[in-house]
Amino acid sequence: MRYLPLTPDDRRDMLGVIGVKSVDELFIDVPVSARRAGLVDLPLHAGELEVERELGALAAQNRAAGQGPFFCGAGAYRHHVPASVDHIIQRSEFLTSYTPYQPEIAQGTLQYLFEFQTQVAALTGMEVANASMYDGSTGMTEAVMMAARITRRKKAIVSGGVHPHYTATLKTSAHVAGIAVADQPANLDAEEAVIQSIDPDTACVVVQTPNVFGTATDVSKIAEAAQAAGALLIVVVTETVSLGLLKSPGAMGADIVVCEGQSIGNGLNFGGPYVGLFATREKYMRQMPGRLCGETVDAEGRRGFVLTLSTREQHIRRDKATSNICTNSGLCALAFTIHMSLLGETGLRKLAQINHAKARQLAAVLSKVPGVEVLTKRYFNEFAVRLPAPAAAIVETLTGRGVIAGVPFSRLAPKAGMDDILLVAATETVTTADIEAFATALNGVLA
Amino acid sequence: MTMQSVGRPTTPNAVSSRPETLTGARGLLQDEPLIFELGGWDKTGVDLPEPELDALDLTGLLREEPINLPGLSEPEAMRHYVRLSQKNHAIDLAIYPLGSCTMKHNPRLNEKMARLPGFSDIHPLQPQSTVKGAIALMDQLAHWLKTLTGMPAVALTPKAGAHGELCGLLAIRAAHEARGDARKKVLAPKSAHGTNPATAAFVGYEVEEIDQTADGRVDLADLARKLGPDVAAIMVTNPNTCGLFERDIVEIARLTHEAGAYFYCDGANFNAIVGRVRPADLGVDAMHINLHKTFSTPHGGGGPGAGPVVFSEALAPHAPGPWIVQTPDGPRLDEDPVGDVGRMSAFHGQMGMYVRALSYMLSHGADGLRQVAEDAVLNANYIKARLGDLMTPAFEGPCMHEALFDDRWLAGTGITTLDFAKAMIDEGFHPMTMYFPLVVHGAMLIEPTETESRAELDRFIEALRLLAQAARAGDAERFQGAPFHAPLRRLDETLAARKPRLKWSPLNGDEAKKTLAAE
Repeated sequence: MRYLPLTPDDRRDMLGVIGVKSVDELFIDVPVSARRAGLVDLPLHAGELEVERELGALAAQNRAAGQGPFFCGAGAYRHHVPASVDHIIQRSEFLTSYTPYQPEIAQGTLQYLFEFQTQVAALTGMEVANASMYDGSTGMTEAVMMAARITRRKKAIVSGGVHPHYTATLKTSAHVAGIAVADQPANLDAEEAVIQSIDPDTACVVVQTPNVFGTATDVSKIAEAAQAAGALLIVVVTETVSLGLLKSPGAMGADIVVCEGQSIGNGLNFGGPYVGLFATREKYMRQMPGRLCGETVDAEGRRGFVLTLSTREQHIRRDKATSNICTNSGLCALAFTIHMSLLGETGLRKLAQINHAKARQLAAVLSKVPGVEVLTKRYFNEFAVRLPAPAAAIVETLTGRGVIAGVPFSRLAPKAGMDDILLVAATETVTTADIEAFATALNGVLA
Repeated sequence: MTMQSVGRPTTPNAVSSRPETLTGARGLLQDEPLIFELGGWDKTGVDLPEPELDALDLTGLLREEPINLPGLSEPEAMRHYVRLSQKNHAIDLAIYPLGSCTMKHNPRLNEKMARLPGFSDIHPLQPQSTVKGAIALMDQLAHWLKTLTGMPAVALTPKAGAHGELCGLLAIRAAHEARGDARKKVLAPKSAHGTNPATAAFVGYEVEEIDQTADGRVDLADLARKLGPDVAAIMVTNPNTCGLFERDIVEIARLTHEAGAYFYCDGANFNAIVGRVRPADLGVDAMHINLHKTFSTPHGGGGPGAGPVVFSEALAPHAPGPWIVQTPDGPRLDEDPVGDVGRMSAFHGQMGMYVRALSYMLSHGADGLRQVAEDAVLNANYIKARLGDLMTPAFEGPCMHEALFDDRWLAGTGITTLDFAKAMIDEGFHPMTMYFPLVVHGAMLIEPTETESRAELDRFIEALRLLAQAARAGDAERFQGAPFHAPLRRLDETLAARKPRLKWSPLNGDEAKKTLAAE
């Protein structure tokens, strides 16, 4: 077995040093009833070639996004990631290191986390950011829990524009935390409607921009209304590239910002692993979940970085911790940081403009297809269209014609009664030929 | 001094003093600034076409203020991050003996497989007819996990061990609620990972500690006393965090079930028993499996992880979706199942980790995985046997995959566990887990894993023996100021927490250093 260095001679000698006759003696504490003499009923070991063949065959059954016209978004976006990003994250010292608990020999990890936190704070327009969450959806749940801790209130108002998976994830935890989730019906321009629902019990208002239908909103008025009632405004962003073009949530008055950071540095990966960005105001810093990296000095006065404020965390506070989270999404955060360092402000702004232009181009072409109505008025790189028949069936037919047309809204919310809505996204990876192929195929299907 | 014909010396000068360098660098080790001190505000390392500047439709929504993100060209970025990488310890450099963390070799085949476009470049919401291979892979991973644990159901989606604990306890709470049996408490030993009580509290339970026996295991009598109609579950790690198998585990499960409670097993240490013991045969109701521990998906400096949870028959109906359902066309994902727990996250979990873990499983097979457990346990016992005369093992008898020492042997030396750990850094090793579990004073928990060779184990043991002898001989200075040879000396954690600086600002750098030093 290529991954096991001990030889039979090593094992024999080592058992001798320990003073036992066989390895079974080391398992003496296992109850007799639970000892298994034979092998479990699974295949025996296999060489690299065989494993590559088996997994390669499974991979070949999937249609990769890069194989043809592709327009899916809805919380996961296909962007071009520079080759150097994947090269760097595969360096042994990053890939095969642990959480930086020994800062003297983990400055590499700690420094990039500090850079990551700074980038996230800048991007979201907030004062402080943590060292990442599992993903955007779990980050939103943590944000609501944090708002409940700060306000000592137990109600979250969730806009109908929030990604239905995010709302569902929140409900899972809110149920046991005793937090009432007032989620509003799905709607293209759902944001302003939350204002009427704010009451003195409201801990937070959660809005997403651009929302799940692609609508970009200025949430300043919602921030004012929420804060006037003593509640916090949580802004969710599932397409982080949009922050290169749109007003930052911080500039619009957000108290907590949660983003899905996958778009920068990370591939689609069928939904994970991704990286949650989490930022807030300085006054709420000690209520934040997750790891924080801070600057300090060493015994000789040299600058260095450490994990800090760990008295919030489970390994110190146990049942009194701000969250049960133990890991972050380190390597995905590194990919984010490298990609962002390559882009810089200039590159990010340009990338965002290209995305927006592509989506405008796509919308212009699709709106000319008879029976298709582009619904979203102000969008970044994704918008909703109404089709003359259920979107899921049309997507399936278009798939047969080589076009992955987008995400039917019914797939996210089967009971919303919006079966004719299709969410389509266009990033910089979409070509004019892709857009034309989409329109041609759709014309063919609807004709 | 020997010279070449052109006068270049070919043997070193006999100079013994070692002056400080003029730049502060030490050989290949560079002092690397932050990107904010390096990058150009107008620079970018990505070539993009000129966009059409038409965003009139977004009037009023456009960002007006600068973002303040510096950019680097590709050569600068490569150098920056490669220099940073050189300040990290890694499993590819040497043994990484962090107890409870299972730092084993990360096979590169797994990385290659996860990067096949058929896995890495597929969208979670593209039509299921176009991702049949991905769903089949999830189904196969589920089959391996269920077979290895003997459990009938698995929820794949949790994103880390702690997220798996949350998933398991939510299912337990749902199962009680479904019977109209609201229970209030979760019992866990004091030696438990901090995530156990944190998760139980998050799910709304009061946490009560179970006492430990003198031999490092759950005190059955105390457990029996504390079990009752208000206890929803016990959370027990097995093998436990002292590196010991809970001998009475079957009885623990029996008592728990008798009281109408469920047995949640923290599976962080599954590596010690994989292929030899099935948790189902111990009476476990739910257990998370850290794919990044037992099945070697890389730790990546602190994630991403993955924590699928296996469930017993009793809890299976409460496992959260998405579920894999079998159809005549092969497995499908039911993305919106009617369940009482709900979604754990958006989409379908950590696919990239699933591919790596299955690649690891297929490589090892049933025979290799059993050998994994045996070699992991053998290596730990070898370390325990070879250090037991100088350091004090916390408990008698064989250990499982990790060897636990306490600090009795340091008494009177003026050297703490922390000092000893930091001196290990100078000798080129990452320290073991320190001060955990909490039940042992000055704990040192060493987990070598099965991927260490005899030679590397001996090199590690020799270094620890030399250090232990130095400590016993009263060479306290070597320890109290350590590390002396790492990229940095000991860092001031108190200062970091008292006045947190969590991001760079133009005031950081030299000025900040001065202010910090003045404080």
